Amino acid sequence: MTRHRGRGMASINYPIGMNLGGDPSQALVHSNPSGKFTVALSSIDLGQGMKSVTRQICAETLGVPVEDVYVDTADSDTGPHCMGSFASRGTHRVGNAVMAAAREARGVMMEAAAEELEVNAADLETDGRGNIHVKGAPHRSISTKDVAIAAQFKQGKTISGRGIFLVPLSNVDPETGEMSPATCYAHACLVAEVEVDDETGEVAMVRMDSAYELGRALNPRLVEQQLVGGAWMGVSHALYETPEPYYPDPVHGPRDFVEYLMPGPGDICPHDIAVLERPAPDGPFGAKGPGEMCANPVLPAVANAIFNAVGVRIDDLPITPEKVLRAIKTQGGARPQARR
Amino acid sequence: MSKIPLQFRHNGRDVAIFVDGGTNLLVALRELIGDMTPKFGCGQGGCGTCSVLIDGELHLSCLTLAETVAGRAVETLDGMKQGPNLHPLQRAFADHFAAQCGYCTPGMLMAAKALLDRNPAPSRAEVVEAISGNICRCTGYEPIIDAILAASGSRASA
Repeated sequence: MTRHRGRGMASINYPIGMNLGGDPSQALVHSNPSGKFTVALSSIDLGQGMKSVTRQICAETLGVPVEDVYVDTADSDTGPHCMGSFASRGTHRVGNAVMAAAREARGVMMEAAAEELEVNAADLETDGRGNIHVKGAPHRSISTKDVAIAAQFKQGKTISGRGIFLVPLSNVDPETGEMSPATCYAHACLVAEVEVDDETGEVAMVRMDSAYELGRALNPRLVEQQLVGGAWMGVSHALYETPEPYYPDPVHGPRDFVEYLMPGPGDICPHDIAVLERPAPDGPFGAKGPGEMCANPVLPAVANAIFNAVGVRIDDLPITPEKVLRAIKTQGGARPQARR
Repeated sequence: MSKIPLQFRHNGRDVAIFVDGGTNLLVALRELIGDMTPKFGCGQGGCGTCSVLIDGELHLSCLTLAETVAGRAVETLDGMKQGPNLHPLQRAFADHFAAQCGYCTPGMLMAAKALLDRNPAPSRAEVVEAISGNICRCTGYEPIIDAILAASGSRASA
């Protein structure tokens, strides 16, 4: 029995969002009687941080503290329209819609403040701490709370804004087949190092190194969290998970988590991640978002690493010990490739 | 089927309920006591998100017959925070971004508490072993392991 080390890499060019008849999302922003703001969305936060990021985007655009913004998500009965949380579109599409809505709400807020301070709205600025003051004269100031109260009870205005971000449908050119399915692409490269046991066919992860270019990271900790966790979902798809191990024959399908395998805490390996920020021209504050590409490059990188380790090319996922062993046997033994 | 009277301590408080024979502890906690912190994941003992402590020991509440906890002390995540303050483990989970969707988190926290209660300064390997009955889809485990190590007395990093 020998354990063979191998290294493989994969690069991806990842389109943000999709192109099925256009890809819109809407957002509504309004001030509450307390002078705090609510963002209404139908988008769903699955744990990836959509609420945090849209909250940041709204606060930054309005010029108010992030604590003053509440994000109300995921009620498609009462919220504005959203295509959904998929295709890695949340930060980019929903973020842009929130930004547009917050910009409109800010306009009303500044007009209301101008009326209270008896100045021109163009001469006002926000301090990001919940106050609006005359440029160059910070003592001529009013809190956003007082502006909201004045708008609601005195001026009869709603401090609110509507936002939509729509990437129109791109039709395929019948002559050339050309189309433009996305406006914005993220990129990644991942190197996986594995150890393949030529007696059992087992593949163990040794380490991963990756670089992700995903526009501006609006919340670097959340980006890192998604990249770390998503890579393990990729490993899981590469080596473990399948509902139908002998597809299309449904035999031996897993019935529970004992048979439906996923990596456990004992299977993880070090993963060094570099995040490269190249702001996207049409992203909210330059963001593209990590999304699904956290997992995508892992699968081909692991398959390439297995080839590098024992010389077998397996193109059917997941790469189970059985497939590795059969391939090694067919090949007449492990054939380690040149170390890369 | 006649109901069985059942008394036990739930997070330091005495509770008395009537259960059907064969009711598992998870159902008793969620549906009869209203403590929703232990989650229903697989119902087969395969995922760990229903984990609770019974007399300080880690158990899968979905595989525990409710009547077997009579007179014993059951601890759930609902009893973890101390008044308005988060338990150090909860704080560490937040600081280390050890939750995304959060569905495994109650079980992870209970498994971690069971470990630190008996071994305040575990090694990384001991932490890995302690949570190996708990499945997490989102985090890749690394942040969870880091959080438990940070909350413990140990400063083990490898």
